[in-house]
Amino acid sequence: MRQADLAKAAGISASYLNLIEHNRRRIGGRVLNDLARALGLDPTQLSEGAETALIQDLRGAAATRSAAEAEVDRAEEFAGRFPGWAGLVTDQAAQIARLEAKVKSLTDRMAHDPQLATSLHEVISAVTSIRSTSSILVGGEVLDRDWQERFHRNIYNDSQRLADSSRALVGYLEAPADGGALALSPVEEVDAYFDRRGHHIADLEGPEGSVEALIADAALATSAAELLLQSCLALYRDDARAMPLAEFEATAIELRHDPALLAARFGVGPAAVLRRLSSLPERPAHPAFGFASCDGAGAVTRLKTIEGFSLPRAAAACPVWPLFQSLSRPGQPIRAVVALPGEGGRRYLCHAIAGPLGPVRFDGLSPVEAVMLVQSAPASLSGTAELAVGGGCRICPRSSCPARREPSLLA
Amino acid sequence: MGKRVLVIEDEPNIIEALSFILSRDGWTVHTHSDGLNANDRIRSTPPDLVILDVMLPGKSGFDILRDLRADPETRALPVLMLTARGQTRDRELAEKLGVNRFITKPFSNAEVIENVRALVTG
Repeated sequence: MRQADLAKAAGISASYLNLIEHNRRRIGGRVLNDLARALGLDPTQLSEGAETALIQDLRGAAATRSAAEAEVDRAEEFAGRFPGWAGLVTDQAAQIARLEAKVKSLTDRMAHDPQLATSLHEVISAVTSIRSTSSILVGGEVLDRDWQERFHRNIYNDSQRLADSSRALVGYLEAPADGGALALSPVEEVDAYFDRRGHHIADLEGPEGSVEALIADAALATSAAELLLQSCLALYRDDARAMPLAEFEATAIELRHDPALLAARFGVGPAAVLRRLSSLPERPAHPAFGFASCDGAGAVTRLKTIEGFSLPRAAAACPVWPLFQSLSRPGQPIRAVVALPGEGGRRYLCHAIAGPLGPVRFDGLSPVEAVMLVQSAPASLSGTAELAVGGGCRICPRSSCPARREPSLLA
Repeated sequence: MGKRVLVIEDEPNIIEALSFILSRDGWTVHTHSDGLNANDRIRSTPPDLVILDVMLPGKSGFDILRDLRADPETRALPVLMLTARGQTRDRELAEKLGVNRFITKPFSNAEVIENVRALVTG
């Protein structure tokens, strides 16, 4: 029997069955009975296999923490009496192993990465030269003109070098590690899914597009990521139906990708237009669009980066970005030009809006979501007042920023 | 003529600043920017003091120091190491190899002069 047929017969997705087969999901209750029936087996035959795997995982978990003196000889009894707790122990052991591998890879990267060592060496060499040379110039001693000019030129050249190398260093520290990086959260898993597809899901553009089929093919590591992907893809499908691709592309070009005009033309909300613009296929006729969304606590829930634009996930982001500003003004669209730090820092045009996530309720919790579309600021907007944003306080040199929450490493 | 100091460093602007402050302090300054031939250079024209960078093209300052200490002619040559790596591990390695003094970049000019004077007195 094919995996897809078995999954269908048991009423579960193929990807979920795949996780069960690889011991990444425990099986029990109704699913166990349905699968056993589909396979023509007695449910106990299936549950025995699952229990054996669980016991093996428990023993493996005990082996990694021998100091804890777990009663290894009673693993079978534990798994039998408390399968839920036993599953929690093995899940946590697996998660700890993944995190330890991640920490190790990051530590190795910091300690042995030649690119990091070279960047730091460049920065320190330039700073050393500037410090020593400038001390000579302000030392009170009268220097002849040739020496003066030479030292001024050296300081200028070193400051240029310092600007380049510190920018490269900050860029490096912001970027995720290459290779071996583990998707640690469901949100990151879903972002990686969209990144691999350029944030354009051609399968959902037609009327036939099935979210279920895409979820089954995605083979994500966790069911939490699957649930999240499901809601993201359903939203994509709804946006695609409300703004069919061919018509939307032609209208976007006609209206110069203006979100407000597009929202009026298609009779949809601005947030849907911002999402839709960010999912346009790559074509010369469209600007490169970045996108971010966050929840009411400011946690970044979706992120599409473009050159120079990203938002940190692990650390707190810069609160000046219109994405976060919009949280304090729900329902009011914000259009703003933002500038990253540094001479000639990149400038972006941002459109952002916050609003309720899902149906509004008068009683009970109505979660809020903010979305932001980002594109390189067109030349026509040079001279427009701009918001001074950064990559996060730790790596931002704007010492007098009123939104600063902690000192900068660059100060 | 003042005492001779050899600055082994690959950053031209640092060489220029060091040359200036050492000359002004009365030293005759020679410079060398390549790690590979540094030991030959020291043997051919022995200075009174070596200022040695760690990260050099061709051969590291640690290896140069190791060879200096293995050679009876240069075993006692005073060496001041300048390095961007101020970690305890590097400092311990330099001391184990027989460095006389060790200062980390970015250094102050006064710090350099103070250490150089302390290493070669009279």
